[in-house]
Parts: sequence; structure tokens; C-alpha cells
Amino acid sequence: MEQLNKKIFPNRRSVVGKLLKERQDMLVVTGLGSSTYDVYAAGDHNNNFYLWGAMGSAATVGLGLANSQPTRKVLVITGDGEMLMGIGALATIAVQRPTNLTIVVLDNGHYGETGMQQSHAGKGIQLDRIAHACEFDYSVQLTTLEEIESLRQHIHSNESLNFAVIKISTENPPRTMPSRDGVHIKNRFRISLGFPPN
Amino acid sequence: MSEIDKKIVNDFVNNKIEFVTTVPCKQLAGVIDEIDSNDSIYHIPSNKEDEGIGLCAGAFMGGKRSAIIMQNTAIGVTVNTLVTLTQFYRLPLPMLISYRGELGEPVACQVEMAVHTKALLAQLHIPTYHFHNEDDVNELDAILKHTFMCNKPVAILTDATFWKGY
Repeated sequence: MEQLNKKIFPNRRSVVGKLLKERQDMLVVTGLGSSTYDVYAAGDHNNNFYLWGAMGSAATVGLGLANSQPTRKVLVITGDGEMLMGIGALATIAVQRPTNLTIVVLDNGHYGETGMQQSHAGKGIQLDRIAHACEFDYSVQLTTLEEIESLRQHIHSNESLNFAVIKISTENPPRTMPSRDGVHIKNRFRISLGFPPN
Repeated sequence: MSEIDKKIVNDFVNNKIEFVTTVPCKQLAGVIDEIDSNDSIYHIPSNKEDEGIGLCAGAFMGGKRSAIIMQNTAIGVTVNTLVTLTQFYRLPLPMLISYRGELGEPVACQVEMAVHTKALLAQLHIPTYHFHNEDDVNELDAILKHTFMCNKPVAILTDATFWKGY
């Protein structure tokens, strides 16, 4: 970890922008806080399900969505603290083995929303190795912006259960907020898939 | 599997519930087996109940009606997820709950959660139904229709007397 800490990691907005390039009909779930702002900053989309709460639930929402939309790619973008809070979900997901689900953890090693306290990931816990131990088809840790394109291509061109930790800098870009109204976000998302609000 | 287990799962199917997540429970074991073997319901077992609430939210966002089966201790576990996910996004969610800690309960510790169960559900403004007698199950179909009409989490508490002991 010492060596990693000395490296300058990419900026979170650049990472998410590259990851969502040419997203096609991909469905995106965001973990609360900065991940939600990052995905919105990359371009609002009817197929974005922004979480504003339920910390620790981004991955399980992704699994439920991947199960009910098996022909669509589902991408969960969340933070290291959010993923740590729902870490048991990795086992539940791995048992189901959906091949249309990718979980990306933007790992700055800190809880950015609550005052930059260090997370367990910041203290050396490697989330990709937990995913690897759960036998995800593909689990990686990326540390450069150049590697994001190969991850993006892997997601779009393979049917596999993917987990990627992307190390990012602790830089805290200005907040860019999507709709704060849960019912609006839900209705917009479901209507875009051809379902009524209820 | 008892007739009650079959009736419960038939009511789920007839109300187009296609996705169910469960956390194990001895009282609900027969229902869980019936769900597992039913071809029109996809069953995902969860480690913990708040995982299950997330799964149900995702499944509903993707167009499948979902439901969760768990014990009443789960009300303690899931409050934040119920409020900031199920309620904030106004998602329908039938919650079939074994009401441990009521008459006939052999485990004293279960009573500690039983005494808070209805109070918590009331505080959360979650419509709550309590199955005590066998005939109460006949209301399930209407409760499920009510849930999908109003887009809310709805609790169905099923106690030991309903299940005829442990």
C-alpha cells in the first residue's frame, strides 16, 4: 500500500466520464454521495437510477435489476465506503452469477461525504480480492486513466460478472446534483424501460 | 408443504409477483421451499434482510413485482433501507414476516424484538396485517392487491398460533 499511496490516482470525474462513454442501453445504478454526482456530471440519462440513501444497497439493487433485465448490461458505480457497508452482498451476487452485471468501486480510501474519514479500503483492504475470492468472473484493481478504456470494452464485449476497484484521488469536485425526488427518478427509469410507474 | 404454504405462493403468483428474496425462517420454511420450486417466481436467498430490500428495489425497477420473506427481527435490521429506498422511491413491497416472540415462543430473546415490532411498523407508517388464525390467510390476496395499488411496503405478520406452533 505504501507505494500505491505515493502514486497520483486519476480524478473521479474523468474516470466516470471515460467509463460511461458510448454507454448504449446500459442501465446504471449509483451509490449515494459522490458516485451519484459523478454519474450525473457525465450526463443525465433516463437509464440512471440515482441512489440518495440506503447506504450499502447499490450492489444489491444492481443484482435485482440485472435479474429482471437479463438482456441489458447493468453497471453499478459506487464508492469504497458504500461497498464496504454492503460487503456481504458480494457473496449473494457471486452465488447468483449474473453475466450482465458490473460493479465499479471508485476507491479514494475515504468517506468523502462525511468529512474524509479513512475507510477500511484506505487502510489496505482490497475489495477486488474479496470479489476474486467470491469467484467473480473478472476482478481487477485499476490505478490509471488509461486502463479505464479496456475495462469499458471488457464490459461491453463480454458476458461476465465483473468487479473493478478504480483507485481515484481524494480530490472533491464541485457537487452536481441530479433530481432529489425519488419518485421522479423511479418513474423516469421505469417508463424508459416500457413499464408504468406502478 | 402444507396447504397454507401453497395458498400463500399461489396468491403471490396470481398477483404477478415474479421475484422473491428470503432470509431463512423455520416457520416460513415450507413457503420458502414452495417458492424455490415454483417456476414463475425467481428466488434469491439473501444473507441479511437489508440486502433483500435492495434486491427487491432493483427487481421492481427492472419491471418485476417483488416480495421479501423474513422474520420480525428484520424490522430492526432494515429500517434505514425501508425508509430511504422503498419509501423514498415509493416502491411496492409485500413483506411476509414470521412474528417470532409471540405466544408459544420458546426463545426468550425473540420476545425482545416482538414487543417492538408493531410499534416500529406503526412509526414507519407501514400498513400492517397480523395473521393469528388459520382463516386470516384468506385476506392475503386482498393485501397483495392493496400493496400494488398504493406503492408502499406492507407488513404481514404471521405468528406461531397461525403456524400452529413451532
